[in-house]
Amino acid sequence: MKHHLTARQYSVLGLVALCAPLGDTCLSRGMTHLPAISLAHPASLVAAVFTPWIVVGIALLIGFFASYLTALSWADLTFVLPATAFGNVIVALLSKFWLREPISLERWAGIVLITVGVGFVAQGPALTEQPAAESVNAMREMEEERVP
Amino acid sequence: MTVPSPADATGPWAAAAMIAAVVLFSTTGEVLTAAAMKSIGDLDQIRARSGMKGAIRAVVTCPLFFAGVSFLALAFFSLLFALNHLNLSLVAPASASLTLVTNAAAGKLFLHENVDRRRWAAAALVCVGVYLLAH
Repeated sequence: MKHHLTARQYSVLGLVALCAPLGDTCLSRGMTHLPAISLAHPASLVAAVFTPWIVVGIALLIGFFASYLTALSWADLTFVLPATAFGNVIVALLSKFWLREPISLERWAGIVLITVGVGFVAQGPALTEQPAAESVNAMREMEEERVP
Repeated sequence: MTVPSPADATGPWAAAAMIAAVVLFSTTGEVLTAAAMKSIGDLDQIRARSGMKGAIRAVVTCPLFFAGVSFLALAFFSLLFALNHLNLSLVAPASASLTLVTNAAAGKLFLHENVDRRRWAAAALVCVGVYLLAH
Protein backbone atom coordinates (compact mmCIF):
# COMPACT_ATOMS: atom_id res chain seq x y z
CA MET A 1 0.00 0.00 0.00
CA LYS A 2 1.36 3.45 -0.91
CA HIS A 3 0.79 6.43 1.36
CA HIS A 4 -0.27 9.40 -0.69
CA LEU A 5 -1.24 12.63 1.00
CA THR A 6 -4.60 14.38 1.11
CA ALA A 7 -5.01 18.07 0.16
CA ARG A 8 -5.21 18.91 3.88
CA GLN A 9 -1.89 17.15 4.56
CA TYR A 10 -0.24 19.02 1.67
CA SER A 11 -1.50 22.27 3.21
CA VAL A 12 0.13 21.29 6.56
CA LEU A 13 3.45 20.73 4.69
CA GLY A 14 2.92 24.13 3.02
CA LEU A 15 2.50 25.73 6.46
CA VAL A 16 5.77 24.11 7.66
CA ALA A 17 7.58 25.41 4.55
CA LEU A 18 6.15 28.94 4.86
CA CYS A 19 6.04 29.60 8.62
CA ALA A 20 9.72 28.79 9.38
CA PRO A 21 11.40 31.17 6.88
CA LEU A 22 8.77 33.90 7.41
CA GLY A 23 9.16 33.60 11.20
CA ASP A 24 12.96 33.81 10.92
CA THR A 25 12.62 36.86 8.64
CA CYS A 26 10.32 38.62 11.16
CA LEU A 27 12.76 37.88 14.04
CA SER A 28 15.68 39.13 11.95
CA ARG A 29 13.82 42.32 10.98
CA GLY A 30 12.73 42.92 14.58
CA MET A 31 16.19 42.37 16.06
CA THR A 32 18.03 44.54 13.50
CA HIS A 33 15.68 47.47 14.24
CA LEU A 34 16.59 47.36 17.95
CA PRO A 35 19.68 48.96 19.47
CA ALA A 36 22.57 46.55 20.19
CA ILE A 37 21.81 44.30 23.18
CA SER A 38 24.66 43.35 25.51
CA LEU A 39 24.79 40.42 27.92
CA ALA A 40 25.30 42.93 30.72
CA HIS A 41 21.66 44.05 30.30
CA PRO A 42 19.63 40.85 29.77
CA ALA A 43 16.37 42.68 30.62
CA SER A 44 16.53 44.49 27.26
CA LEU A 45 16.41 41.05 25.58
CA VAL A 46 13.19 40.27 27.47
CA ALA A 47 11.74 43.65 26.41
CA ALA A 48 12.59 42.78 22.77
CA VAL A 49 10.19 39.81 22.96
CA PHE A 50 7.23 42.21 23.23
CA THR A 51 8.03 44.29 20.12
CA PRO A 52 5.56 43.77 17.20
CA TRP A 53 7.94 42.07 14.70
CA ILE A 54 9.26 39.65 17.35
CA VAL A 55 5.69 38.82 18.49
CA VAL A 56 4.69 38.02 14.87
CA GLY A 57 7.92 36.01 14.39
CA ILE A 58 7.33 33.94 17.55
CA ALA A 59 3.68 33.31 16.54
CA LEU A 60 4.83 32.09 13.10
CA LEU A 61 7.49 29.83 14.65
CA ILE A 62 4.89 28.33 17.04
CA GLY A 63 2.71 27.69 13.95
CA PHE A 64 5.73 26.10 12.25
CA PHE A 65 6.46 23.74 15.17
CA ALA A 66 2.80 22.67 15.55
CA SER A 67 2.44 21.89 11.83
CA TYR A 68 5.91 20.22 11.77
CA LEU A 69 4.90 17.87 14.62
CA THR A 70 1.58 17.13 12.87
CA ALA A 71 3.42 16.30 9.62
CA LEU A 72 5.84 13.97 11.46
CA SER A 73 2.87 12.07 12.93
CA TRP A 74 1.79 10.84 9.45
CA ALA A 75 4.91 11.16 7.26
CA ASP A 76 8.56 10.05 7.40
CA LEU A 77 11.27 12.46 8.58
CA THR A 78 13.14 11.79 5.31
CA PHE A 79 10.00 12.91 3.42
CA VAL A 80 9.11 15.98 5.53
CA LEU A 81 12.57 17.62 5.59
CA PRO A 82 13.27 17.77 1.82
CA ALA A 83 9.62 18.55 1.03
CA THR A 84 9.55 21.54 3.37
CA ALA A 85 12.92 22.86 2.12
CA PHE A 86 10.82 24.46 -0.63
CA GLY A 87 10.30 27.34 1.84
CA ASN A 88 13.86 28.50 1.01
CA VAL A 89 12.80 28.87 -2.61
CA ILE A 90 9.65 30.84 -1.63
CA VAL A 91 11.74 33.28 0.43
CA ALA A 92 14.28 33.70 -2.41
CA LEU A 93 11.47 34.41 -4.90
CA LEU A 94 9.76 36.82 -2.47
CA SER A 95 13.04 38.70 -2.03
CA LYS A 96 13.41 38.92 -5.82
CA PHE A 97 9.90 40.00 -6.80
CA TRP A 98 8.72 41.77 -3.63
CA LEU A 99 11.88 43.31 -2.16
CA ARG A 100 13.53 43.68 -5.63
CA GLU A 101 16.76 42.09 -4.39
CA PRO A 102 19.08 40.74 -7.09
CA ILE A 103 19.48 36.94 -7.34
CA SER A 104 22.85 35.64 -8.55
CA LEU A 105 23.27 32.77 -11.01
CA GLU A 106 24.40 30.51 -8.12
CA ARG A 107 21.15 31.21 -6.25
CA TRP A 108 19.04 30.48 -9.35
CA ALA A 109 20.93 27.14 -9.61
CA GLY A 110 20.09 26.48 -5.93
CA ILE A 111 16.38 27.25 -6.56
CA VAL A 112 16.32 24.82 -9.51
CA LEU A 113 18.07 22.03 -7.52
CA ILE A 114 15.72 22.37 -4.51
CA THR A 115 12.65 22.40 -6.78
CA VAL A 116 13.82 19.23 -8.59
CA GLY A 117 14.67 17.57 -5.23
CA VAL A 118 11.23 18.38 -3.78
CA GLY A 119 9.60 17.08 -6.98
CA PHE A 120 11.57 13.81 -6.60
CA VAL A 121 10.53 13.17 -2.99
CA ALA A 122 6.92 14.31 -3.46
CA GLN A 123 6.33 11.65 -6.14
CA GLY A 124 7.14 8.80 -3.72
CA PRO A 125 5.20 7.46 -0.71
CA ALA A 126 5.11 9.75 2.34
CA LEU A 127 5.30 6.99 4.96
CA THR A 128 7.28 3.75 5.24
CA GLU A 129 4.99 0.78 5.70
CA GLN A 130 6.23 -0.94 8.89
CA PRO A 131 6.10 -4.79 9.02
CA ALA A 132 3.60 -4.78 11.93
CA ALA A 133 1.23 -2.47 10.04
CA GLU A 134 1.66 -4.54 6.87
CA SER A 135 0.65 -7.75 8.65
CA VAL A 136 -2.38 -6.03 10.23
CA ASN A 137 -3.46 -4.75 6.79
CA ALA A 138 -2.95 -8.21 5.26
CA MET A 139 -5.07 -9.79 8.04
CA ARG A 140 -7.82 -7.21 7.46
CA GLU A 141 -7.79 -7.93 3.73
CA MET A 142 -8.01 -11.70 4.41
CA GLU A 143 -10.95 -11.15 6.77
CA GLU A 144 -12.71 -8.97 4.18
CA GLU A 145 -12.22 -11.71 1.57
CA ARG A 146 -13.75 -14.31 3.91
CA VAL A 147 -16.91 -12.23 4.40
CA PRO A 148 -19.24 -12.95 1.43
CA MET B 1 42.39 49.61 10.62
CA THR B 2 40.41 46.60 9.36
CA VAL B 3 38.38 44.51 11.79
CA PRO B 4 39.29 40.80 11.42
CA SER B 5 36.43 38.46 10.53
CA PRO B 6 35.52 36.02 13.36
CA ALA B 7 36.31 33.13 11.01
CA ASP B 8 39.88 34.42 10.59
CA ALA B 9 40.60 33.86 14.29
CA THR B 10 39.20 30.30 14.33
CA GLY B 11 41.17 27.36 12.92
CA PRO B 12 39.62 24.98 10.37
CA TRP B 13 39.45 22.09 12.88
CA ALA B 14 37.68 24.22 15.48
CA ALA B 15 35.25 25.45 12.79
CA ALA B 16 34.57 21.88 11.66
CA ALA B 17 33.99 20.80 15.29
CA MET B 18 31.50 23.64 15.87
CA ILE B 19 29.54 22.82 12.69
CA ALA B 20 29.69 19.09 13.54
CA ALA B 21 28.20 19.81 16.99
CA VAL B 22 25.29 21.73 15.42
CA VAL B 23 24.67 18.93 12.89
CA LEU B 24 24.94 16.16 15.52
CA PHE B 25 22.60 17.78 18.07
CA SER B 26 20.15 18.80 15.35
CA THR B 27 20.02 15.31 13.79
CA THR B 28 19.57 13.64 17.21
CA GLY B 29 16.77 16.09 18.07
CA GLU B 30 14.98 15.60 14.73
CA VAL B 31 15.20 11.79 14.94
CA LEU B 32 13.95 11.68 18.56
CA THR B 33 11.08 14.09 17.75
CA ALA B 34 10.12 12.03 14.68
CA ALA B 35 10.21 8.80 16.76
CA ALA B 36 8.03 10.48 19.41
CA MET B 37 5.42 11.58 16.84
CA LYS B 38 5.36 8.10 15.26
CA SER B 39 4.81 6.52 18.72
CA ILE B 40 1.94 8.96 19.43
CA GLY B 41 0.17 8.30 16.09
CA ASP B 42 -1.68 10.49 13.59
CA LEU B 43 -2.33 13.82 15.37
CA ASP B 44 -5.20 14.69 12.99
CA GLN B 45 -7.04 11.53 14.05
CA ILE B 46 -6.31 12.12 17.76
CA ARG B 47 -7.65 15.69 17.44
CA ALA B 48 -10.78 14.44 15.67
CA ARG B 49 -11.32 11.87 18.45
CA SER B 50 -10.41 13.81 21.60
CA GLY B 51 -10.14 17.46 20.51
CA MET B 52 -7.21 19.89 20.57
CA LYS B 53 -6.65 19.34 24.32
CA GLY B 54 -6.35 15.59 23.75
CA ALA B 55 -3.80 16.12 20.96
CA ILE B 56 -1.72 18.50 23.10
CA ARG B 57 -1.91 16.06 26.05
CA ALA B 58 -0.74 13.19 23.82
CA VAL B 59 2.34 15.22 22.77
CA VAL B 60 3.33 16.69 26.15
CA THR B 61 3.03 13.36 27.99
CA CYS B 62 5.53 11.65 25.64
CA PRO B 63 9.06 11.49 27.20
CA LEU B 64 10.70 10.97 23.77
CA PHE B 65 9.27 14.33 22.66
CA PHE B 66 11.01 16.14 25.52
CA ALA B 67 14.28 14.31 24.79
CA GLY B 68 13.97 15.50 21.15
CA VAL B 69 13.20 19.09 22.14
CA SER B 70 16.17 19.08 24.59
CA PHE B 71 18.56 18.10 21.75
CA LEU B 72 16.97 20.71 19.45
CA ALA B 73 17.62 23.30 22.19
CA LEU B 74 21.27 22.11 22.40
CA ALA B 75 21.49 22.46 18.61
CA PHE B 76 20.15 26.03 18.88
CA PHE B 77 22.70 27.03 21.55
CA SER B 78 25.57 25.35 19.68
CA LEU B 79 24.46 27.30 16.59
CA LEU B 80 24.59 30.55 18.60
CA PHE B 81 28.07 29.58 19.86
CA ALA B 82 29.23 28.80 16.31
CA LEU B 83 27.82 32.11 15.05
CA ASN B 84 29.82 33.88 17.74
CA HIS B 85 33.06 32.47 16.27
CA LEU B 86 32.31 31.91 12.57
CA ASN B 87 30.66 33.79 9.71
CA LEU B 88 26.93 33.31 9.12
CA SER B 89 27.64 32.64 5.41
CA LEU B 90 29.64 29.55 6.45
CA VAL B 91 27.62 28.20 9.40
CA ALA B 92 24.06 28.53 8.01
CA PRO B 93 24.47 26.76 4.64
CA ALA B 94 26.95 24.17 5.95
CA SER B 95 24.82 23.10 8.93
CA ALA B 96 21.49 23.23 7.01
CA SER B 97 22.70 21.16 4.07
CA LEU B 98 24.76 18.64 6.09
CA THR B 99 21.80 18.06 8.45
CA LEU B 100 19.68 16.93 5.46
CA VAL B 101 22.19 14.19 4.60
CA THR B 102 22.76 13.05 8.22
CA ASN B 103 18.97 12.95 8.74
CA ALA B 104 18.57 10.68 5.70
CA ALA B 105 21.20 8.29 7.13
CA ALA B 106 19.74 8.47 10.67
CA GLY B 107 16.18 8.00 9.33
CA LYS B 108 17.29 4.78 7.62
CA LEU B 109 19.39 3.51 10.57
CA PHE B 110 17.28 4.41 13.60
CA LEU B 111 13.73 4.98 12.30
CA HIS B 112 13.96 2.17 9.69
CA GLU B 113 12.48 4.49 7.06
CA ASN B 114 12.59 3.32 3.47
CA VAL B 115 15.27 5.73 2.18
CA ASP B 116 15.31 4.59 -1.45
CA ARG B 117 17.30 6.08 -4.35
CA ARG B 118 14.58 8.69 -4.86
CA ARG B 119 14.94 10.02 -1.28
CA TRP B 120 18.78 9.93 -1.38
CA ALA B 121 18.68 11.86 -4.66
CA ALA B 122 16.21 14.38 -3.18
CA ALA B 123 18.35 14.84 -0.04
CA ALA B 124 21.50 15.35 -2.14
CA LEU B 125 19.82 17.81 -4.55
CA VAL B 126 18.22 19.84 -1.74
CA CYS B 127 21.54 19.76 0.19
CA VAL B 128 23.48 21.30 -2.71
CA GLY B 129 20.55 23.63 -3.48
CA VAL B 130 20.40 25.00 0.09
CA TYR B 131 24.19 25.49 0.04
CA LEU B 132 24.04 27.45 -3.24
CA LEU B 133 21.03 29.49 -2.09
CA ALA B 134 22.47 30.48 1.29
CA HIS B 135 26.13 30.87 0.28
